Amino acid sequence: MTSQMTSQMTSTESGRKIVRPYGDTTGDGMVQMSFTLPVPHDKRAEGAALQLAAKMGMDPAMLVHAKAMGPDFTFFVVYGQVTHLVDLAAVEVLEREYPLQTPREVNAQIKRLLRRKLVVLGACIGTDAHTVGIDAILNIKGFAGEKGLEYYREIKVVNLGAQVLVPELVALARAEKADAVLVSQVVTQRDAHLKNTREMSAAFRESYPSGQRPLLVVGGPRFDELATADLGVDRIFGRGTTPGEVASFLVHALAHRKDR
Amino acid sequence: MTGAKLDLDRATVRRARTLARRAGRPIVALATSHTTVSVERAVLRMAGVVGADPDGIPWVNRLVDAVSEEVGIEHGVALPVWDALRQFNGRGKQADLTELAQKASTGGVRFRVPDGREADRARAAARRQVGRGIAVIDRRRRERESLVRRIGDAPRQPWIYLIVATGDIYEDIPQAQAAARAGADVVAVIRSTGQSLLDYVPEGAPRAGYAGTYATQENFRLMRAALDDVSRELGRYVRLTNYASGLCMPEIATLAGLERLDMMLNDSMYGILFRDINPIRTFVDQRFSRQVHARAGIIINTGEDNYLTTADAVDEAHTVTVSQLLNEYFAKEAGLQDWQLGLGHAFEINPDVPDSFRLELAHAMLARELFPKAPLKWMPPTKHMTGDVFRGYLLDGFFNLVGAMTGQGILLVGMMTEAVVTPFLSDRDLALQNVRYVLDAAGNLHEDFHPRPGGFIQTRAHRVLDEAVELLERITDEPGDAALLSAIADGTFGLMKRPPDKGKGYDGVVRQAAGYYNPATDILEEPAP
Repeated sequence: MTSQMTSQMTSTESGRKIVRPYGDTTGDGMVQMSFTLPVPHDKRAEGAALQLAAKMGMDPAMLVHAKAMGPDFTFFVVYGQVTHLVDLAAVEVLEREYPLQTPREVNAQIKRLLRRKLVVLGACIGTDAHTVGIDAILNIKGFAGEKGLEYYREIKVVNLGAQVLVPELVALARAEKADAVLVSQVVTQRDAHLKNTREMSAAFRESYPSGQRPLLVVGGPRFDELATADLGVDRIFGRGTTPGEVASFLVHALAHRKDR
Repeated sequence: MTGAKLDLDRATVRRARTLARRAGRPIVALATSHTTVSVERAVLRMAGVVGADPDGIPWVNRLVDAVSEEVGIEHGVALPVWDALRQFNGRGKQADLTELAQKASTGGVRFRVPDGREADRARAAARRQVGRGIAVIDRRRRERESLVRRIGDAPRQPWIYLIVATGDIYEDIPQAQAAARAGADVVAVIRSTGQSLLDYVPEGAPRAGYAGTYATQENFRLMRAALDDVSRELGRYVRLTNYASGLCMPEIATLAGLERLDMMLNDSMYGILFRDINPIRTFVDQRFSRQVHARAGIIINTGEDNYLTTADAVDEAHTVTVSQLLNEYFAKEAGLQDWQLGLGHAFEINPDVPDSFRLELAHAMLARELFPKAPLKWMPPTKHMTGDVFRGYLLDGFFNLVGAMTGQGILLVGMMTEAVVTPFLSDRDLALQNVRYVLDAAGNLHEDFHPRPGGFIQTRAHRVLDEAVELLERITDEPGDAALLSAIADGTFGLMKRPPDKGKGYDGVVRQAAGYYNPATDILEEPAP
């Protein structure tokens, strides 16, 4: 199902900021969505689609497209007004807790804090073979116009690539005296990304004295950035994260650690 | 599409092929002087060893391990195994190879490397039995040819290639049949991501793969049978694809031949670069697996699209050309014909780059003109699919248009939900509408489309070819007996450094001893009957 929301402020009362989706007029609440029902295409199928839209809070809903996909399925596109309101004051997100820094600033900070290079180990763990994310962060080539961590003079990057086993990762982190371990997880089937991450953080917990393990950072398109405690890691990065954000976080966390 | 539209310099094209041959030849010498555990296991699979022990380790692994421990595999397993079988049965038994493997795994069989008349006898028995397996592969090939004749073939090129991947073969089957009914000419069953690094082929029909379904002989059989049913229903033969790449290339190629798969992903360097599999292991396994594909009439798909997902698709366009030339050399050396070379390339240029569509056209036309008889495999955008499914749908439309304008042989259908979710039923349906619209609307546009002489497209294609030749020159200038190995170790490809004595599966590589015997290679290197 795809749905598209554009928002526009509509009212303010005692710190609450209420918005509704924006179609072409402030406050019209218009959204668009598409979905499939496992029924043959007929009048009843179209009624069923409208029933679903109504239950999802679309009132009125317009069925603008219905098409049979084989004998047993029908695809729908529905436009309509949602009755729901969004309270911006009640939205919870993780605001960036560290300042963004340039590569030059990051290098200077590392020099000051460590007086040696910062060692970063990167890998895709478990069965995940998708190195796109970890490569975007680590490779010199970088991502979104920012150079990857390999470009930072004061960072030593060891990119282990795909399908690294957790025990292997821990052993290499020890051998390399890693300050931070970056793990990318793209495959989410059967919650593999969560399972793998928990397994990884547990292995580091067991293998290092408390408070001495490297920083654990995971990234991937399907993580909840608020779930750090649950997954036992220091930071979670979502879709669109750039190398600069990761580098800035690492020096921030490092400084923070030293303070403690 | 016929006729040269790019006005490529013939001498440069010849030079590119000469360099690819020069780079490849020492690798072939390496492949013919080594063997691997997987090559030897494939020999046993051809001879009919099936099944696994209670831990799920196949008997072929147990038998090769047992031989390896006692006498090593440098003479090939055929001599010690058939020698042991004869002695075993000489005591009044009628055991088959699988029973011998079971016995051997508990230490109940003594292996030796026979010589003289006993070696002759073992060789003859091995050749007879492996020959029966290869005869099955031959029969499967004829069966395919006759099914295509009787049922009918895909109505046009490019063949429309769709992927299913649920992790469970019994879920894959209805999806694959639905894909075929919706217009797919080729169905690929994506493998469980972990499988390429397993040093054995799982048995049976395991139902819980990750991001894909385990490639097993039973799963091959189930899916081929299901597609045969739907082929008859639709009046066109629907082809089945799976993946050979990984640590078990020779064995998976064998199973694919035995179960009449039609296409196999089989790249010459993918395992090395993207899976960190040992280079020598890969090249030895690759050559054997391609010999089996050649015999089985299977079309290979190479993996050049992978280069462009990790590197920039404009700056590194020539690495695709170099890889295609190397893949072509290795494939032909292994006996594959032009019609079996699904050389890969992909639509991965950043859409924000000015003239990105013209660049894509230039690259796709270059591949077309360099390999005029090969059914090129055209891969859709993945790297620049952002999650904005609406923009992604447009991008896929332009991808399809390049496919139509440049006469691609196999078109992997792009999904607007690439990098978002496993495609919904509706995503697949919309994607096929996209393909059909473009092919119906512009399928014959190549008749009218001639890039301007000396214009943007021609100039770009010439430049990529020149850069490919330069890279091949750099590779062949590397030091050592096998310059390509040095180049791979240096990080020439995809920035990944892969030395020849590192990587997964290296402990399964052995230099052949004098008197090495492999009945499968023996038969496969004779002219086909």
